[in-house]
Amino acid sequence: MDDAILEMRGITKRFPGVTALEDVSLTVRRGQIHAICGENGAGKSTLMKVLSGVYPTGSYDGEIVFEGRPVHFGGIRDSEAVGIVIIHQELALVPYLSIAENIFLGNERRGRGGFIDWNRTNADAAGLLASVGLDENPVSPVIQLGVGKQQLVEIAKALSKEVRLLILDEPTAALNDVDSAHLLDLLRRLRDRGITCIMISHKLNEITAIADSTTVIRDGRTVETIDMRGGGVTQERIIRGMVGRDLDSFYPDRVSTPGEEVLRIEDWTVWHPVQHRKVVDGASLTVRAGEVVGIAGLMGAGRTELAMSVFGRSYGRDVSGRLYMRGRPVKARTVAEAIGNGIAYATEDRKRYGLNLIADVRANVSAAALGKLSRAGWVNGNEEIKVAEESRQDLNIKTPTVMDPVGTLSGGNQQKVVLSKWLFTDPDVLILDEPTRGIDVGAKFEIYTIINRLVAQGKAVIVISSELPELLGMCDRIYTLSAGRITGELAVDQATQETLMALMTKEKELAG
Amino acid sequence: MTSLKQSPPASSGSAPAAALHGGIGDPRTLILRNLRQSGIYIAFVGIVLLFAILTDGVLLSPGNITNIVLQYSYILVLAIGMVILIIAGHIDLSVGSVVALTGAVSAVLVIQQGYPWWVGVAAALAVGVAVGAWHGFWVAYVGMPAFIVTLAGMLLFRGLTLQVLDNVSLSPFPSEYQKVASGFLNGLIGGQGYDAFTLLIAAIAVIGYAVSVFRTRLARIRYQQSVESFPLFVTRVLLVGAVVMYFAWQLAHARGLPIVLIILAVLVIAYGLMTKNTVFGRQVYAIGGNLSAATLSGVKVRKVNFWIFVNMGLLAGTAGVIYSSRSNGAQPAAGNMFELDAIAAAFIGGAAVAGGVGTVVGAMVGGLIMAVMSNGMQLMGIDQSTQSVVKGLVLLLAVAFDIYNKRRAGATR
Repeated sequence: MDDAILEMRGITKRFPGVTALEDVSLTVRRGQIHAICGENGAGKSTLMKVLSGVYPTGSYDGEIVFEGRPVHFGGIRDSEAVGIVIIHQELALVPYLSIAENIFLGNERRGRGGFIDWNRTNADAAGLLASVGLDENPVSPVIQLGVGKQQLVEIAKALSKEVRLLILDEPTAALNDVDSAHLLDLLRRLRDRGITCIMISHKLNEITAIADSTTVIRDGRTVETIDMRGGGVTQERIIRGMVGRDLDSFYPDRVSTPGEEVLRIEDWTVWHPVQHRKVVDGASLTVRAGEVVGIAGLMGAGRTELAMSVFGRSYGRDVSGRLYMRGRPVKARTVAEAIGNGIAYATEDRKRYGLNLIADVRANVSAAALGKLSRAGWVNGNEEIKVAEESRQDLNIKTPTVMDPVGTLSGGNQQKVVLSKWLFTDPDVLILDEPTRGIDVGAKFEIYTIINRLVAQGKAVIVISSELPELLGMCDRIYTLSAGRITGELAVDQATQETLMALMTKEKELAG
Repeated sequence: MTSLKQSPPASSGSAPAAALHGGIGDPRTLILRNLRQSGIYIAFVGIVLLFAILTDGVLLSPGNITNIVLQYSYILVLAIGMVILIIAGHIDLSVGSVVALTGAVSAVLVIQQGYPWWVGVAAALAVGVAVGAWHGFWVAYVGMPAFIVTLAGMLLFRGLTLQVLDNVSLSPFPSEYQKVASGFLNGLIGGQGYDAFTLLIAAIAVIGYAVSVFRTRLARIRYQQSVESFPLFVTRVLLVGAVVMYFAWQLAHARGLPIVLIILAVLVIAYGLMTKNTVFGRQVYAIGGNLSAATLSGVKVRKVNFWIFVNMGLLAGTAGVIYSSRSNGAQPAAGNMFELDAIAAAFIGGAAVAGGVGTVVGAMVGGLIMAVMSNGMQLMGIDQSTQSVVKGLVLLLAVAFDIYNKRRAGATR
């Protein structure tokens, strides 16, 4: 049982302007659980999309050999036909259909005349549910199940297709400890039944517990494949593979002179808007004037949720905790109150949450502080254009005029418009969520320079970033967040990528 | 901190500065830049000329111009409120029923109960505001889609109209009330065969317009913004002045200045300025353009949504007064399908289905396009069914043109 079920050789996938995968090779042995890990944006999901046919043959270079034969997939249906099934991080179940209907969606059990044979559908579904250890009635609608049980339904659905290679993308990201343990158990049992698994995960403790081998991907390349069967492979060993890269972008120098405390959060707890779980759990942090503070955490750690809940409770429910600005307790129950108290939040998803793309640069720059440009409700349009014009020059926004729609600008310039908008509110503390996501190296450098200029003016800046070198290059202090808890606080000269990654993947046992 | 110093990438954008100074003299550049807006004006002029020719000039005769104004004023009033809702990403299907209800309340008070005319007007406006607040509550605070809320309102307020009127028509209103829609300011300062007062008002309006745009131009130059070249500016002012004066001249040779035209002009100017130049108006555009971004920019979305529905109610009440005054009574079926005309006006006038785009003036031109087409076809004796077909096709083509334009703009990025 040591032959390869899957070989991917020399996979290269390019998007306009970016190489997502560069000559990646992956060999998965039959009957193993094979983990793939790497930082956000390393290329794990892209690789799985290539494998499952989401990116069809021809849109990438390289070859895939499955069960000894080269395969060419034109779409997901082709890969499913040979027994490769992918379960995405965002579950793809139809909430108002029953468990059985979901399991056989697109693969219906038909009887005479093409009508659905409900008896067989429900009976088969019951059998599949038993094999994944889910004790539920197949006719109950999926919406009544928790995320953990929905995950099991997805696996049952995969089993119904006679799966030979099961791919799970972050299967435990949204699960609590009990559900996670149950899921990992199930994966072990499937392995014993001969089903090969590829599991993408950030949770290194799970990987060391369950995986037979681990492939590390970094910046779109395979770094190494570690054989885990002998045991003795530690989380630190994997982390070294994940982060061991050279700095590939540069950070402008800055003299750090932190002043008095500007923002303090104490015991901040946020519940998920619909599910019964805490997304942020008892977090406390402080930021001082003239200081850049980083928040490091993997996807799903609660970074954005923490920031947005502080910013006028824009996320979650039952937000509790204390918020102080310059030592004075403040209430920021709405976005307007947060802005009034000198808090600004530049979102990680500028197209969805940051900008009105069909409106011009001018209207976007003034959107959060129109009051400053108006008297008795009337906006001084000329003054507004002047402000936008000044932002354009200050931040070097490349646009023909400030009256052009923001949607026509490049990503880096759109990000500068977002920054301009928040700078115009004249905040005391500026929270930047992934400020350099999806923009090129040159624009990144400009954003870093702007951040340095702001702290030199005495503003406090919080940077949330998935790129550890960026945090190490920009920040004075870095907090690490894992599963909603602050697991560490390091001065930048004590922090390395390894120590940060260890704290970011630390689970509850030490945080409690 | 391990950091390497590197000079920032050289900037490559000095072209914009040059575009700021000096006037833009080429009218083609201006038209192409605003094809979306200018397209609608060009279409309007084309349609007016077409029907002027087809009707042997009857379309532009003094009596007919007066008629168009009187006949379509209430649709234009509705279109003002409608385009604001559409910009914010909503819609109101109930305005026809609200026009009927407000007219009915007014008729009951004035005709049945014998209250003075102004009580009827005030009551109609108050009922309109109450209806708007009702819709605003469900949309803004309960979070229901406006389509559903106002569809329910359409049935609800039609039903209430029948109950208020007890299923019968009421008629006639006293003459003061009728004047709202059918009255004219006429002969106040005399004139031989024409009304000098109408011309005077129009002249004042033109001078006011010229002064206002000139002051805007001066302010723009002071702020170093781009302006059109001076000859082009003068041509534009003269052209607008000539059109307004021609229009006034024709009115002056018919029955004078319709009171309803004054009401409409005041509303268009007020709402035009409100949408463009106030914090509130700008927030309406922000909500329609990207709701999440507006929320995260501190816009009080619920409040804005609530008040634009109240405003729609107020304008529907106004239209209810005008319509009941014009038809000299209240009928159970009054205002049927008005909502569709108002919605069509907004979309033909360049509003986007997804929200965030549209102007009050555009909606007025859109409404006038529908008005001129209906009127022109009536003059030509084309029957109702064909008129409906043509109007439907125009609406379809206008929105298709808009989508085509947008796709092309996206492609050239």
